[in-house]
Amino acid sequence: MAVGLFPALAGAQGDAVPAFKTLDSIEARVQGCVTCHGQSGQGTSNGYFPRIAGKPAGYLYNQLIAFRDGTREYPPMNYLVAYLPDAYLREMADHFAKQRPPFEAKDAAPADAAMLDRGKAIATVGDPRQGIPACVACHGARMTGMQPGIPGLVGLRAAYITAQLTRWRVGNRHAAEPDCMKRIVTRLSETDIAAVAAWLARQDAPADLSPDSSNLVRMPLACGSQR
Amino acid sequence: MRQPTLIVRPGLRIGLVVAALIVVGAAVLVLLRPHAPTQTQTQTTVAAPVAANAATQYLNRGEYLARAGDCIACHTTPNGRQFAGGRAMATPFGNLYVPNITPDDETGIGQWTADEFYTMLHTGVSRSGALMYPAMPFASYTKVTREDSDAIYAYLMSVPPVKQQNRPHELRFPFNKRELLVGWRALYFKEGEYVPDPGKSAQWNRGAYLVEGLGHCAMCHTAINALGGSSESKAFEGGMIPNQNWYAPSLTSNREAGLGHWSEKDIADLLQVGVANRGTVYGPMAEVVYNSLQYLSDEDVAAMAVYLKTLPQADAEPPPTSQARMVSPGVMELGRRVYVAECAMCHGTEGKGQPPQFPPLAANQSITMSSPVNPIRMVLNGGYPPGTKKNPRPYGMPPFAHILNDEMVAAVVTYIRVAWENSGTPITPAQVSELRKLLPE
Repeated sequence: MAVGLFPALAGAQGDAVPAFKTLDSIEARVQGCVTCHGQSGQGTSNGYFPRIAGKPAGYLYNQLIAFRDGTREYPPMNYLVAYLPDAYLREMADHFAKQRPPFEAKDAAPADAAMLDRGKAIATVGDPRQGIPACVACHGARMTGMQPGIPGLVGLRAAYITAQLTRWRVGNRHAAEPDCMKRIVTRLSETDIAAVAAWLARQDAPADLSPDSSNLVRMPLACGSQR
Repeated sequence: MRQPTLIVRPGLRIGLVVAALIVVGAAVLVLLRPHAPTQTQTQTTVAAPVAANAATQYLNRGEYLARAGDCIACHTTPNGRQFAGGRAMATPFGNLYVPNITPDDETGIGQWTADEFYTMLHTGVSRSGALMYPAMPFASYTKVTREDSDAIYAYLMSVPPVKQQNRPHELRFPFNKRELLVGWRALYFKEGEYVPDPGKSAQWNRGAYLVEGLGHCAMCHTAINALGGSSESKAFEGGMIPNQNWYAPSLTSNREAGLGHWSEKDIADLLQVGVANRGTVYGPMAEVVYNSLQYLSDEDVAAMAVYLKTLPQADAEPPPTSQARMVSPGVMELGRRVYVAECAMCHGTEGKGQPPQFPPLAANQSITMSSPVNPIRMVLNGGYPPGTKKNPRPYGMPPFAHILNDEMVAAVVTYIRVAWENSGTPITPAQVSELRKLLPE
């Protein structure tokens, strides 16, 4: 293919190039998302752009609203959705929540065994001495999230997870009150964040990518986004 | 009625609120019209539904005019209480903080009279006697009629008051000295309501009134000079919007907005729908359509289109010479390949687009006009047009900043500026690099 002559275009190949079948479709309408999040929301080779496919629609909708209203800050997203109405953002969220594309290659950033052990412990059992609940307690045993407002964690890269937890820690990212993630990240050290991000990014995709149903289990903390 | 009496019916509650609003509206109306014949108590009671209806209509009209003036865009912070002010406006001279215009007695405009409100709109002098900074578009609002000013005033008095202190401006010396405004006003401000041109149609005059007055289009579409002024001789000739890094095209040149060659329907669609067969609004103009123009009536938007179409006097500016349009074959080929790989899916191999969903690039003046800022920004950051009443689910363009380097962005922007008989000129990777550092705001 001629494009191969230009190596820098390689990053835009495959699923991150604008493409659609029918003009009057939601698929054609979300072409504004694809160069960063991929055609089906599976993410791209750029580690900072998250996989959005299959995350609960309520979570995706909350993020789109927050980007539009400026309560979640990321200038490229704030700019793109600045003038879009609620109903349309809901439609976009529903669209990506329904997608089930296969996973991109797992993260292979260097990490030592002790670090991964610590990360696994935080994710699967938590650290009761520090008051840190396990990730799986809310994000689901398969870590595919929980309806309606808790995102899946599998399929995200370490760079993205680290950045989000750090933003929460410094008060730059928020969720609906009571903000349970805020309570958790204040108990995580920087090394904890790096460890849990590294471990999460190395996990295989489960067979069933769907989020858990709403509140089947009692959660260790009250979360505003589950109300 | 089978409804249990203990349940408060939502319909009833709404009815009560509406009734309360109507009473407030009627009171405002009476205050505003001190010389109107006083109705007797009996007449008021008997004629209540009719009078209430008129009061509601009056407030609706005020709200409509406030929309046309886009007051909300500056006087409300994102996610903040409506009209409570506090929004920082970055200017080349420092930050201005927009005041609270809710009817709160202490912190808003609750104690202002309709006279004082009109004086402020019309002369740029605040109730306190202070000269206002021209970030408030009083140079345009001076054209607003007393009648319209009174309706806007009545509407603002009807919105919920918010107690929120105004924040002092943070202007650098010497711009923090309001005395300087005396000089600015002498140079750039001409006071006076809009005077209809008897040689033109009522529709044209209505359009001119909206564009030159409440619409305050000149704030962006007339170049702002080093003193923060825009001179009348350069009206609507376009310019960079300070601190936003977008170029507002000239409305008088067919090389830029090209309105002389647009149909009135396409101009009206662009303003009200946000997309038209000839182009699409993004950036600051998307905000104007989203907050203001989508709410205007078909008649008013049509009038604005009629007026705007008459602005370009002639194709005075010659197209660039073929020498200026020369592109090296290597750049052209790189641009073509990027175009085929990334752009052709939506904009078509011939640049015809799929209007109005995906705008055409061929014969699109916003691509070919001398400033390449807007097409470069679009390639770097993409964009969605505003979601409007008539186009609630707009199609969007993705960002390419992370996929294409400066050389490739320059090549593809150059390609779309000269391909398909487009009359633009090539751009350089340095121009892309410059905008990449600033974006998005």
